[in-house]
Amino acid sequence: MAEATQSKHSIKTIFEWFTTTIGQIIVAIIVPLITGFVMIKGFIFLRDGNAPKYVIALVAIIWGVGGVALIYFVTNWLIEKLPPQWMARLQPFLFVGPAVVILSWYMAIPTIRTFILSLKDRNGELFVGLENYIAVFTQRIMTVAFRNNLLWIIFGATLSVIFGLLVAVLADRSRFEKFAKSMIFLPMAISFVGAGVIWNFIYEVKEAGSAQIGLLNAIWVGLGGQPQAWTAMLQPWNNLFLIIIVIWLQTGFAMVIFSAAIKGIPGELLEAARVDGATEVQVFFRIMIPYIMGTIITVTTTVVIFTLKIFDVVMVMTGGQFATHVIATQFYRQAFTNQNKGYASAIAIVLVLAVVPVMIYNLRQFAEEEAF
Amino acid sequence: MKSAKGQERTRDLVINGALLLLVIIWTIPTLGLFISSFRTRFDIQTSGWWKVLPHREWVQIEELEIPEGVDPNGIMEIEGVTGTFEEFRAGITNEDGRQITWSGNKRLGTIRINEQKWVIIPRLTTDNYGQVLAGKTYEIQTASGEIRQVQGDNLIGAFLNSITVAVPATIIPILIAAFAAYGFAWMKFPGRKVLFIMVVALLVIPLQIALVPILRDYVQLDLNGTFLAIWLAHTGFGLPLATYLLFNYIRGLPRDILESAFIDGASHFTIFLRLIIPLSIPALASFAIFQFLWVWNDYLVALVFIGAKPNVQVLTMRIAEMVGSRGADWHLLTAGAFVSMILPLIVFFSLQRFFVRGMLAGSVKG
Repeated sequence: MAEATQSKHSIKTIFEWFTTTIGQIIVAIIVPLITGFVMIKGFIFLRDGNAPKYVIALVAIIWGVGGVALIYFVTNWLIEKLPPQWMARLQPFLFVGPAVVILSWYMAIPTIRTFILSLKDRNGELFVGLENYIAVFTQRIMTVAFRNNLLWIIFGATLSVIFGLLVAVLADRSRFEKFAKSMIFLPMAISFVGAGVIWNFIYEVKEAGSAQIGLLNAIWVGLGGQPQAWTAMLQPWNNLFLIIIVIWLQTGFAMVIFSAAIKGIPGELLEAARVDGATEVQVFFRIMIPYIMGTIITVTTTVVIFTLKIFDVVMVMTGGQFATHVIATQFYRQAFTNQNKGYASAIAIVLVLAVVPVMIYNLRQFAEEEAF
Repeated sequence: MKSAKGQERTRDLVINGALLLLVIIWTIPTLGLFISSFRTRFDIQTSGWWKVLPHREWVQIEELEIPEGVDPNGIMEIEGVTGTFEEFRAGITNEDGRQITWSGNKRLGTIRINEQKWVIIPRLTTDNYGQVLAGKTYEIQTASGEIRQVQGDNLIGAFLNSITVAVPATIIPILIAAFAAYGFAWMKFPGRKVLFIMVVALLVIPLQIALVPILRDYVQLDLNGTFLAIWLAHTGFGLPLATYLLFNYIRGLPRDILESAFIDGASHFTIFLRLIIPLSIPALASFAIFQFLWVWNDYLVALVFIGAKPNVQVLTMRIAEMVGSRGADWHLLTAGAFVSMILPLIVFFSLQRFFVRGMLAGSVKG
């Protein structure tokens, strides 16, 4: 009996001891240490372990996802132990810190290095000033690439957004919403290599007289035309046939986000407008569009940037031949094929500069909101 | 009352009709791939995929010797139609709707009579899938000098690797981005604006810029070929967009819910976990779908950071390997593209239910 009280008492003192300052500091050190130890053990197991594949898969997923969550929790737990003014000062950095560190490592620092390289010669040794930039803006092949990127934005980005919005709105009012959205979304699930194969079955050209295995030429010949090499002929309009592929791929992206936004419009608002006798077109332009304006801006920005960076489709379909080069494929060609580091870097920096107007617009929006 | 009902029906018809038209246009290319994936290599190369559907085609019903006394160099009359050799080569249609063609050259030809008939090309096969799933066979010379046939790894290992890469590479960036998005949207701290400018600016950076410097860092840290390396790379490349999209969503949440939570004495961390995350489920789910698809279909990043390590190779690498450098193996690519589409579609269908109406509206009222 006495022994039981004794042990209870000692457990109590241990707990009490943990609430003292020194105890807290020790706990504050031990918990992160254990966390770190577990993380490192997990990493070594994954790298060198010989467990069956599915075990590794399971452990890896738990270790990766759980580890990141754990880091946030432990750090927050530490911060919330600090005096209030320190906590207020440090907590924002817990929220944005990891993102900023990773972004700096993976994107910001490589970008700065690219900028420095853009002022150097092809081997990255001697400074040549703005020579690379002058070349970028004067060489014919680059002006063609700029023109093509403009075509991509005018047709590709705009139509992706319009079709995405159209499908989202129509599907919302339709009886087969799920089916329609799934079918429009389907192309998003296909890799670029797959998309290239798919569109070859549409655009493929065979000599006149033999059977056409491309759908577009089969239709065209059936109507009495001559077989056309769609992605090579009629420059610069052959770019449009590549743009169609990306509209086909991207509309699903715009649709899903618009659809989520439309679901966020209060049902009562739409109902009230309809009861008041508003037509569908009026509901769309007067209520839906203003309500989801923020989303439209977000999606348009994203799609414009995607389109500006377009690379894979051009690479897979034409490899940039037949005047279909865009800025990103030119960058790739200069960096990896021509090994001209300076020139390639200048192209990449021009790509970054092209998005400055979009950035400024978004930042103006950012300034309008107040934080806590 | 009746006209209102009629109006409604017309509207229904227009909406569903327009949607159906778009769906058909969007589906045709994929349908072509799907049908082609069941055709033999020869069929794919020689006839359009739509030929498996019933269609009208010229079918030969009779073959004749070249009649005596016909001069191939002049105007000929065969089976009641007249024309030059070139015209007969292309085929001349007579009044009965039959086509008379000269097959072969001028001296050793035959006359074929064709008729339009409904036909299908029924030769469908699952061989392409068999080849893609079972893997190629390799010849290996053992230490003792004998040569053995070894069946290449099947796709299941690569499939598991793809899952191991894609799941954390989807969740980690979303988690980090959600924290950052909340921080930028609702917290005050020095450098908020500058750091946010950085995030938006990085949206446009083509990831090719980063490949070589990061690879160099990985080699120094001995991270190359590990899952951690590729997760971090996908996180880095996906973060700008994830942060930007989630920022827009989280900033758009009604200010009064947050205010009332602060009055109740909740900390930022609690608000984030208990309020922001549940409210942002539609946005998180939308982005999760896209990030998953990009990672799943990525080839470039995997190629650079996983490289030749066979035990961590992902699906896209295996498929690209299968196709080889010839690039003409369309029949394998078609099946491979479909195998790799299965999981993304499952993810889409399972996350689709999160886009439910009024998720946000309900929370504001309550």
